[in-house]
Amino acid sequence: MPQSEVKLLEVKNVQKVFSVKVGTFEKRDLHALNGVNFDIYKGKTLSLVGESGCGKTTVGKVILGLYQATKGEVIFRDKDIAKLSPSARGDIQKDIQMIFQDPYSSLNPRKKIKTILEQPLKIHTNMSKRERKEAILSLCDDVGIDYSYLERYPHQFSGGQRQRIAIARAMMLRPELILADEPISALDVSIQAQILNLMMDLQEKYNSTMLFITHDISVVKHISDYIAVMYLGEIVEYASKKELFANPKHPYTKMLFSTVPDIHTPLATESVLKTGEIQSPIDLPKGCFSQNRCLYKEDSCMQTHPELNDLGDGHLARCPLIGKF
Amino acid sequence: MKFFKNEAVVEFFEDKLAVVGLVIFLFLCLLALFPSLFSYQNPYDLTQLFLENSFQPPNHNFWLGTDEQGRDIYSAMIYGLRISLYVGLASTILSVIIGYTLGLISGYYGGWVDTIIMRIADIQLSFPAILIALIIMALWGQGIGKIVIAITIVNWVYYARTARGVVLSEREKDYSQSAKALGMSNFGIIFGEILPNTTAPIIVIATVRIANAIILEATLSFLGLGVPITQPSLGSLISNGYQVLFSGYWWASVFPGILLMVLVISINLIGDRMRDVMNPRLKR
Amino acid sequence: MNALLEVKNLKTHFFTRQGVVKSVDGSSFSIQKGEILGIVGESGAGKSITAFSILGLIDPPGRIVDGEILFDGKNLVGLSEEEFRQIRGNEISMIFQDPQTSLNPVITIGEQMMEAILYHHKGVSKKEAYNSCVEILKTVGLPAAQKRMKSYPHQLSGGMKQRVVIAMALLNNPKLLIADEPTTALDVTIQAQILYLMKKLSQEFHSALILITHDIAVVSQLCDKIAVMYAGRIVEYGKKEDIIFNPLHPYTKGLIECLPKLNDEKKRLYQIPGIMPSLLGLPSGCYFKDRCELADEQCDIYPEKQEIDGRILFCHKVK
Repeated sequence: MPQSEVKLLEVKNVQKVFSVKVGTFEKRDLHALNGVNFDIYKGKTLSLVGESGCGKTTVGKVILGLYQATKGEVIFRDKDIAKLSPSARGDIQKDIQMIFQDPYSSLNPRKKIKTILEQPLKIHTNMSKRERKEAILSLCDDVGIDYSYLERYPHQFSGGQRQRIAIARAMMLRPELILADEPISALDVSIQAQILNLMMDLQEKYNSTMLFITHDISVVKHISDYIAVMYLGEIVEYASKKELFANPKHPYTKMLFSTVPDIHTPLATESVLKTGEIQSPIDLPKGCFSQNRCLYKEDSCMQTHPELNDLGDGHLARCPLIGKF
Repeated sequence: MKFFKNEAVVEFFEDKLAVVGLVIFLFLCLLALFPSLFSYQNPYDLTQLFLENSFQPPNHNFWLGTDEQGRDIYSAMIYGLRISLYVGLASTILSVIIGYTLGLISGYYGGWVDTIIMRIADIQLSFPAILIALIIMALWGQGIGKIVIAITIVNWVYYARTARGVVLSEREKDYSQSAKALGMSNFGIIFGEILPNTTAPIIVIATVRIANAIILEATLSFLGLGVPITQPSLGSLISNGYQVLFSGYWWASVFPGILLMVLVISINLIGDRMRDVMNPRLKR
Repeated sequence: MNALLEVKNLKTHFFTRQGVVKSVDGSSFSIQKGEILGIVGESGAGKSITAFSILGLIDPPGRIVDGEILFDGKNLVGLSEEEFRQIRGNEISMIFQDPQTSLNPVITIGEQMMEAILYHHKGVSKKEAYNSCVEILKTVGLPAAQKRMKSYPHQLSGGMKQRVVIAMALLNNPKLLIADEPTTALDVTIQAQILYLMKKLSQEFHSALILITHDIAVVSQLCDKIAVMYAGRIVEYGKKEDIIFNPLHPYTKGLIECLPKLNDEKKRLYQIPGIMPSLLGLPSGCYFKDRCELADEQCDIYPEKQEIDGRILFCHKVK
C-alpha cells in the first residue's frame, strides 16, 4: 500500500464472531469478519464493496463502536478502539460519524429536524444556544436544506431530503472520519447522483476522510480513491480506484463488474445463473471462500485458503491463480 | 389550536360513536369531580339518612329510589361513580408508570434483566387476574388505596409486555443506533429517543384497560373484598342491591349496574377508536 | 394485432383530507402478447398505483375516476372483487418489491404454492399440484427444489425468496406478469440473475411483462417498450431503442445522464436539480419545468401530446 499518505485509521486483523441461534436450543458461531486489514488515509476515500452478508457493515459498526471486535485492533489517534463502546471512547468518538443506509429509520420520527441536528452539539460541545443555532444554519446551507425545514418532522420529507439531513447531522461535529453505509442505495437513481455529488463537495470543503460502504461497484467510481472488495468477512482485492477499474484481477471482482446493469451492455446471459449466491458465514468452506462462485476454480482451491498477495503497485488480490486463467 | 389540527385527533372525531363515547365519559367525569353539585344528599353523611325512607321505589323525591337505610340511590351512584373512576384512573396511571418503565428497561437491556422481569410477568399471567387481586385483598383487607395497588399489581404486566415488544424493534432502528454512536447514555436513549416512539400502543392499551380496572374493582367490591362499606363504589352498590333484588327492590342494583355499563361502554368506544387511529398497521 | 392489455387515459385519484392526489392522471399505454414494457419514474410518480389499478387493488380513499383498462378486450374498470379474484394470480400475476412481505412466514413454501394452484383449478389433485410446484421451482433455478417445498420463507435468502415469488407468479401460467421493483431489495449480483430469469421465463411462458422500476439501466436491459412517468403522468413513451439511445424529453435525458457509468472519467456526476413536486402542490403548466434547463414561459401551459415516429411525447421544446 502506498507510503506517501498519512494514515488516519488502521484496521488490523479484525475478527468478529456472533453467536446465533439455529433451531431452538443450538447456538452456532457466525464468522462475520475473518481477519480484515486495511488503512484509511487522511483526506481520501476508501470504498468497501461487497454483497450483503459479506461483513462490510460489520466493519463500519466495529469502527463506530456499535460492535466490539472479537479479535484484532482498530487504531485511531494511536489508540486501539476496537473493543471500546462509543461512550467509553470519550472525546475521540466525535471525530467518527456515520451516515446510515436507510434515511427513513435513521432520523427519530418524533423529533424536529432542529432537535436532531442539535443533538451531537449538545453531547460533544459546550456551545451556547446561539452558537449551536449558527452552526446548524451554516450546515443547512452546505447540504442544501431550507431553514424552514428545521421546524418540521422527518416524515414530511422525501428520501433524498432526509438523507441530506442525515448527512448534515454527521457533519455537525466536523468529524475527521465519515463512515457512509450504503448512503444512496435506498434512494431513487435520479437522487443518488445529487447525494453523491453533495458528499464529494462536503469532503472537499472540510477535507474529511471517508469510508464508503456499498454493494454497487458502479457508484464508487466517482467518489473513491481506493477500493477494497470484500467477500465472506475478508478482503479479496484491494487497489487504487484507477487500477481496480482498469484492471480487476480477482474472479469475484470481475463478476461484480459483469453484473452491473448498464444501458450500453446487453443483459447478462445464461452464465450469470452460475454465479450463485453468497454462502452462509456459519459454515465457512475449506479452502477459498469464493470457490463455489468461481468460473476458474481448480482442485487446489478447495484445499488451501489463499493469502492476500501483492501484485505490485499496491494492488492486492486473494487468488493464487491470477494470470493463469 | 395545534391539538385540534393533529391528524390523529381530527380522525378520532370522524367516528360518531367515539364522539358519543367521549361526550358521555366527560360528562360522567364531571359528575364524579363535583358530586355535591349534582346530588341532593350526601350518602356518606348518616345524619341525612332516615330509616323511614328505606326501600322507596323511584318517585319524585328519590328519582331512582332508596336502599334499606333510606339512602338515595341516585346520589349514592354519583358518589360511587367517583370512587370507581378514581380507582380505575389511579390504578391505570400507576400501572402504566411501573409497567412501561420495566418494559422499556427489559426490552432495551435484554439479558438477565429481561429474563427476570418477563418471567415474573409470565408467572403472573398464568393466573386469572381476579384470583391474584382476590388473594391480595384477602391478605390486606379492604381500602381504596389497597385496591388501587392490587389492581396495579395485576395490570402492570400488560404495559410491560407491550412496551418490551415495541422497544425490541425500535432499539435496532438506525436512529437509536445513531444516538448510541454519539455516545449518548442508555438512560438518554431509552427515555429520550425510544420512549416517544412507543407511546401509541401504550395509550391504546391504557384506555381499554381503564374499563377493565373499573370492572375488576366492581367485581372485588361485589364480592365484598373491595372498598369499605362506608364508601360504596358502583360495585358495592350493585352488591348491596343484589341482596334484596329478589324481594322486589330491583332499583337498588339495576340503576348502579346500568351506570357501570354506560361508563365501561363509553370508555371502550373511545378505546376502540384510539386503536384504529393510532395503529399504523390499520392505516394505509 | 390486438393488444393484450390496453390502458386508455387511466386516472386514479386519491381523495385525502389534504386534497385530491392525482396519483395517475391520464396514462395510456398498451402491451402485446410476449412483450416487455418498462415503467420508469421516481418514487411517487404513480408507477405502483398504475399497477394496482390494473389489478383492482385501489382502496378508498382512492378511486379510478376515468379511463379504461382493456385486458383481452374486456374492461377491468368497475369489475367486482369476486371477478377480480378470478383474474388475480391466474390471468394477471404480480411480483412485489419485498419478497419478505409477499410470502406468509408461518406456512411452508410448498403449501403456499399448492394453495395458489388449487384455488384457481378445482379439479387438480394434490399430487399433480405438488409436481407442478416442484417443476416450476426447478425452472426458476432453485437448488434442491423438493427440499425447499418443506422450507419456511425465513430459511431462504433474499434472492431465493424472490425466485419463489416469481415461481408462484408463474404457477397458473398468467398472460400478464407485473413486477413492481422486483430487484430493488437485492444485491447487484442477484439482481442480474433475477432479471435474466424474468426475461427467459416470460419468453418461455409467452407472458407479457410489465416491469416497474426507478432504475432506467435495468429497464434498458430487459424491455421492448418504455414509458417514463413523472408526477402521475407519462412524459415519454416509445420503443426502447428510441428512448434509451435517443431520449427526447429533458427528464428522460436527465435520468440516463445521471447514471453512474463504468467508463466515465468525469469527477462529478450529472444531476437533475431539485426534486419531484408533491402531488398536492403541482405547478401550473409542465410539471417538470422547475427542474428543466429548457423551460421558458411557453412551459406554463401543460404540453400537448405529440407523436414523433411512433413515440409519444409531452414537451414544448421538442418538435
